[in-house]
Amino acid sequence: MKKERINVSRREFIVSTTVIGTGLSLGLTLPVASRAAVDAGAAAPALSTPEVNAWVVIQEDDTVVIRIARSEMGQGTLTGLAQLVAEELECDWSRVTTEYPSPGENLKRDKVWRSFSTGGSRGIRGSHDYVRKGGAVARHMLIEAAAEQWDVPIEECTAANSVITHKPSGRTTTYGKVATLAAELFPPEQVELKDPKDWKLIGQPIKRLDTEDKLNGKQVFGTDLQLPGMLNASIKACPIFGGKLMSFDASKVSKMPGVRKVVAVEDYAVAVVADTWWQANKALEALPVTWDNGPNAQLNSTSIDAMLDEGLTSSDNVFVENQNGDVSKALKGAAKTVEATYRYPYQHHATMEPMNATALWSKEKCEVWCPTQNGEAALEAAAEASGLAIEQCDVYKIHLGGGFGRRGAFHDYVKQAVAIAKQLPGIPVKLLWSREEDMAHGHYHPITMCKLAGGLDDKGNLTGLHVRISGQSILASARPQWLAPNGADRVTFQGFQADGDHAISYSVPNLLVEHAMRNPPVPPGFWRGVNINQNAIYLECFIDELAHAAGKDPLEFRRKLMADHPRSLAVLNAVADKAGWGKPAAEGVHRGLAVVKTFASYVAACAEVSVDSSGKLKIHRIVAATDPGYAVNPQQIEAQVEGSFVFGLSALLYGECTIKDGAVEQSNFHDYPSMLMEEMPKVEVIVMPSGGFWGGIGEPTIAVAAPAVLNAIFAATGKRIYEFPLAKINLRDA
Amino acid sequence: MQLIKLKVNGKPVEIDVDDSTPLLWVLREQLDLTGTKYACGIGLCGSCTVHIDGNAVRSCTLPVSSLKASDNIVTIEGLSADSSHPVQQAWKQLDVPQCGYCQPGMIMSAAALLESNPEPTDTDIDANITNICRCGTFNRVRKGIHLAVEIKQSAYAKNKGGDAS
Repeated sequence: MKKERINVSRREFIVSTTVIGTGLSLGLTLPVASRAAVDAGAAAPALSTPEVNAWVVIQEDDTVVIRIARSEMGQGTLTGLAQLVAEELECDWSRVTTEYPSPGENLKRDKVWRSFSTGGSRGIRGSHDYVRKGGAVARHMLIEAAAEQWDVPIEECTAANSVITHKPSGRTTTYGKVATLAAELFPPEQVELKDPKDWKLIGQPIKRLDTEDKLNGKQVFGTDLQLPGMLNASIKACPIFGGKLMSFDASKVSKMPGVRKVVAVEDYAVAVVADTWWQANKALEALPVTWDNGPNAQLNSTSIDAMLDEGLTSSDNVFVENQNGDVSKALKGAAKTVEATYRYPYQHHATMEPMNATALWSKEKCEVWCPTQNGEAALEAAAEASGLAIEQCDVYKIHLGGGFGRRGAFHDYVKQAVAIAKQLPGIPVKLLWSREEDMAHGHYHPITMCKLAGGLDDKGNLTGLHVRISGQSILASARPQWLAPNGADRVTFQGFQADGDHAISYSVPNLLVEHAMRNPPVPPGFWRGVNINQNAIYLECFIDELAHAAGKDPLEFRRKLMADHPRSLAVLNAVADKAGWGKPAAEGVHRGLAVVKTFASYVAACAEVSVDSSGKLKIHRIVAATDPGYAVNPQQIEAQVEGSFVFGLSALLYGECTIKDGAVEQSNFHDYPSMLMEEMPKVEVIVMPSGGFWGGIGEPTIAVAAPAVLNAIFAATGKRIYEFPLAKINLRDA
Repeated sequence: MQLIKLKVNGKPVEIDVDDSTPLLWVLREQLDLTGTKYACGIGLCGSCTVHIDGNAVRSCTLPVSSLKASDNIVTIEGLSADSSHPVQQAWKQLDVPQCGYCQPGMIMSAAALLESNPEPTDTDIDANITNICRCGTFNRVRKGIHLAVEIKQSAYAKNKGGDAS
């Protein structure tokens, strides 16, 4: 069956008016460098041509350009998503390159690339179906183009490795030779995706596509961007949350070397614009500024703790998430009850690359170059700050020097860059935050406390569990529109939910999980792992405590509660087996376990630690298992597991932002340390995809690092730890 | 502002700059060598590591006034012409970088370590690689350093064989 060819004029009509078949529109419009940028001598990045469809460009020399809508920030999604497209495309992997479409282009093309949002370990699990379909549709069109050229039935042709073969005659051609013709065809209405057993690229430990430039300094991060005529800006916002800018004395710095302009930024910040960033920052440090400290000038960690303490027992503003049976009756009737209260602090993302964005504004157009986890949100922020229609704005994404959630939901740095550039029309301005500014104006991992009570019967079985979280809601501050109709923030309950991507791994006969929402005026944000990090500590350390109170082995105690959670049980068993649970460890070395389901993946860890007589902790080894359903790139999963442990253990060991007089006290890596090489344990990664679902990778294992280590510390010392980070506690005196 | 003379990646350069400016910012903003990164600005994280006469130095706290025109400054761009330094080769084989922002500093620190200690033990690596990486590449960095030693030794053995024949 031959598909109808469409002529160019008809095709333009289609492009401008409809979305075809699978939702993949054919596109002819080629983005070119915008007028304003050209005027400034800058070149906005243009997409490659010719495209077969929105996802795939095949060039004459057989180069395959795969378009990636999500952002690369180290997690490897660029390579994983390209693998998904290439799997169905049947192209030569060695010729694959990638590019980002811009969010403005997505808007113009009726969101053909769908979501740009890169968070919640959702890059692959949220787009695997439509990106694979994009590859399959392009393959079909390429084969069809060859069949048409040869005037043979399409059914007689196959494709592999970018080569199309006409089976009966043995004739071959390449994708590059038929791509232009393919682009003129109608996409098929239906395509079938491969059976996972036929995958050739998915599941392979393929090397990343973005390594080369990261070895020699060529990778351009936002901080490195250079545009002709560009100026540099350094900014200072009122250090007190909610405070405003009152005044500044520009005359004191305007004659300093390189200084071009001192500008107010919205109503809460001031920036110096200079020839170089070093000059801008030196002048900013010397600039006399007066702040209106606002309503939070008295806020401190003690007053915040008091707010949360009250929430542990209060009945005000309490939301119930997961409930079965009668927990108070079960606790009253228990042979033994155990209680514990945990406190988990504010933490900072501390991306290695501080916040930055480069903006170019004119009355007609606003363009922004920036690292962002959500190009579309960055575009909205740019449009809002520019005073222009969103169609007059665009954002060009740059690989991120770390994201961890900081650059997804909050584009304060983009708004600021645009607000500054607006005061210098036609001149590109790069805004870079100093590390100190970055520490002072994070969107912090929220602070919570958690009180748990568990009941055991006379045989040591868990009969009831009451979990009361008290503390800050991320959604209430960052995304109030995502709160449940009753005002609950369900993200607070990751790892405690009855079902879904973040379900509790245990069946507990009488269970009550609730949240007393207490929102101190410190801006919270999504932070790699979000709420599972502390929730996994609360539950997994408490389960361990209950096991010991019951006189049971922590592995056996868990297993008994997991009969209805076979995948969670499988990852737990895998780490226990590999770590040698039940067999003696090396002298002085002790083990601890943790298991969770989160971001739709099942993960577990077994940590081995020792604590010397002075209280010094050594984490020797962590065995980790992940069942993500389908494992797209096992070697990158391994890298993510190791990396998540550095993030999770840095938080456990050092992560705390304290508040004094309404501001964060920490200012740089000297008082907000991150784990170093010498502290890094050996990590053994088990990837055990059981198939049939798509789970996340970037975040899940972060959650098991801390509780596994804490349970091992208990095994070593006999002491439970309820406050974090560990750096402020002597483990032998805890 | 004054004329400062430096030698960077083998080339003599003259820059008109306030001599209190740290080397990092001269590299990035006057010489367009942006591979060397700003991350902490207080010499703690190592993202700004360069070589001066073969030693790993944190350039973000080093004013150019303290440098002499004869100091041999090497940045990530000058470590090799074609990413062929054993550390770069090892990093490529093991897919070490994640976000990559700290990696120029990490690579320069590792390369300097191998110059002073051709076969470092894990303890030597712990003591000498004190760069911060928030993505958490440490275990691959460690493997990469050991692999770079092998690459260097096998290249040396090949060259030696070639000389003999």
